[in-house]
Amino acid sequence: MEPALAITVGILVAGGSYLMMSSNLIRFLFGLTIISNAANLAIFAAGRMTFGDPALVAEGAKTPPEGVANALPQALILTAIVIGFGLLVFTLSLVLRAYAEFGTADSAGMREAEPRNEPEPETAFGEAR
Amino acid sequence: MLLAAPILLPLTSAVVLFLLRRSPWHKLLSLISAGLSVAIGLVILFNAAADGPQVAQMGGWAAPYGITLVADTLSGAMVTIAGLAAFTALMYAVIEVDDETNALGFHALAHAMTGGVCGAFLTGDIFNLYVWFEVMLISSFGLLVIGGGRRQIDGAMKYVALNLVGTIAFLTGVGLLYGTAGSLNMADLSLKLAGRMGETAVLGSAGLLLFAFAAKAALFPVFFWLPASYHTPAVATSALFSALLTKVGVYSILRVFTLIFEPGTPAVEGVLLFACAITIALGAMGAASAGELRRIFSFHIVSQIGVMMLGLALGSKLAMAGAVFYFFHHIPAMMGLILLGGLVARECGSERLDRIGGLWAAGPWLGVLFLIPMLSLIGVPPLSGFWAKFFMIRASFEAEHYIVGGLILMASVLTFFYLGRVFVAAFWQPRPGADVAEITPVYPHRLLVAPILVLASVTLGISLSPEAFFQIADRAATELLDPLPYIRAVLPQGEPS
Repeated sequence: MEPALAITVGILVAGGSYLMMSSNLIRFLFGLTIISNAANLAIFAAGRMTFGDPALVAEGAKTPPEGVANALPQALILTAIVIGFGLLVFTLSLVLRAYAEFGTADSAGMREAEPRNEPEPETAFGEAR
Repeated sequence: MLLAAPILLPLTSAVVLFLLRRSPWHKLLSLISAGLSVAIGLVILFNAAADGPQVAQMGGWAAPYGITLVADTLSGAMVTIAGLAAFTALMYAVIEVDDETNALGFHALAHAMTGGVCGAFLTGDIFNLYVWFEVMLISSFGLLVIGGGRRQIDGAMKYVALNLVGTIAFLTGVGLLYGTAGSLNMADLSLKLAGRMGETAVLGSAGLLLFAFAAKAALFPVFFWLPASYHTPAVATSALFSALLTKVGVYSILRVFTLIFEPGTPAVEGVLLFACAITIALGAMGAASAGELRRIFSFHIVSQIGVMMLGLALGSKLAMAGAVFYFFHHIPAMMGLILLGGLVARECGSERLDRIGGLWAAGPWLGVLFLIPMLSLIGVPPLSGFWAKFFMIRASFEAEHYIVGGLILMASVLTFFYLGRVFVAAFWQPRPGADVAEITPVYPHRLLVAPILVLASVTLGISLSPEAFFQIADRAATELLDPLPYIRAVLPQGEPS
C-alpha cells in the first residue's frame, strides 16, 4: 500500500510544482491545491497503512478494542483540510479581486506595489543636491 | 489558566470587537484589551523567570496526549513584547484608520492576529504551532487587504502566495515527524529523536520546517514577499507586522531547532549561516537602493532578520542570548521608526524621498524623536542597538566567523547611510514645491505621538540598563540550550512507554 501512495504523492507534487511555476495566478492556485492534498496524503501515510477497525470506543469502555486504526493522522488531516479550504477560498477571492483591479490574472502584470520606474534614491533628493 | 490568557483574551476581544465594530467605544475597548495583554505577559515572564518553565495541560489531558502550553523565559518575554506591539500599533491606528475600515473589522483582525502570535509563542505541540501559524496568517491576510486599493491587492498577492507555500512545507514536515517519532508534543519529540539526527526522515522534516520558518522570517532566498507587501497597508499594520510576523518565524526556528532537533547539526548550521550572511548583505543593499520610506524600512527588517537568525547559526550561548536581546532592541525601535515615518508621510503627503522635506522648520521635536530609533537601529552607543550588535559581533568573532561579524559591521555602516538619508530628506531638505514661509508648525494628534513616545522610552530604557535585559536574554538562552528543565516540566513522569 505504501509504495502506491508514495508514488501518488510524488506525481501530485510534481504536477503541482509544474503548475505553480506558471505566472498565471489561477494555474498557481490549482498547483497549490494539488500540493496541499499531496501533503495530506503524506500525513495519512505517516500514520502507517494498516487494515484496522474504525477507532470507536464501545459504550461503557474506556479504551478502544484491539486492532483499531490510528485515528490521529485522520484528525490532523481533517484540521489541515479545513484550514487549507479556508485559505483557498480567501486566495481565490483575492485573485478575483486582483483580476478586477488589474484586468489580468498574470502576476507579471501586477507591478503596482513595486513599480518598474521606482523612484531611485539618487534622484530622490531633488533640490538638496 | 494564566498561560491560556494571552491567547484567549485577544481571541475573545476579536469576537467582541467584531460585533461592536460600528460602536464608537470599540477602539477604547481594543486598547484596554491590548494593554491588559502586556500586564498578563509580564506576570507570565516573571513567573517563568523565577520558577522555571510554566506548564498548562489543556482540557486535563496529560502530555504527550493533550495539547500543552509552556511558558519559559523566552515565551514569556515574547508574549509581553507582542502585547506591547499590539497596544502601540492599535493606539496609532485609532487616528490613522478611518471608520469605514474599522467597520470592516480592523481591530478584530488585529486582535485575532495577536492571539495567533501568542499561541505560537506558548504552545508546546508542533501541530498546534501549525494551527496558530494559520490563525496568524489568515488574520494578517485580512489586515493586509482591508480597505485595499490596487497597491494593497498587489502586495497581498505576493505575500499570500509565498506564505501558502511555506505553510504546506510546514504541514508536510510535521507529518514526517509524526511518522518517524509517533508524537507531536515537542518535549516528547525531543526525547524520542535524541541521537537520531542522522536519519533521512528526521533530516528531511528538519529541512522542510527550516524552509517554512525561514519563509515566515523572511530569510534569503525566500524573503522577497516582505519588501513587496509591507509598505502597502496602513502604517499601524506595517508596524504591527514588522514587530510580530517575522519574529514568530525566528522564534519558531530557535525553539524547534534547539528542542526537537539537536542544536549543532552541521548541515542545518551551515545552511543557516550562509543564508544569514546573504540576508544581511542583500537587505542592507536593498534598503540603500530604495526610494520610499517604508520600502527602505522593509529592506532594513530583512537585513536585521539575518542578524537575529545568526543566534542559531552560530549556536553558542552568547549568540542565542544576543538574538533574544536583539528581539528586545529591534521590535520597539523598528516600530517607532515606522510610526514616525507614518507621521512624516502624513505631514508631507508622500512617502517618496523626493517629495518630503522641510520638517525641521515645522517641528524640530519630531526630528529629535526620529533620531532615537534611528541611531539605535544604526547601533550608536549607548543606545540599545549598540549592545545588540555588540553581542552578535562578539559571538561571531568568538566562533571565528570573521566574515559574518564584518558583514554586520558593514550593514551598520550602510544603515547609517540609508537611514541618515531618510533623516536628511525628511528634515533638512526643503520640501519640493513648497515655500519655506508656507511651512507651518506640525501638531499631530496626541494619540499618534503617544505610541511613539512609549516605544522611544522602551528603547531608552533598554539603552540605560542593558544589563537587566541581557540577564533575561541570557536566561532564555540557557533554557534553550539545556532543554531538560523544559522537558521535565512538560513530562514529569518521564517518557511514556
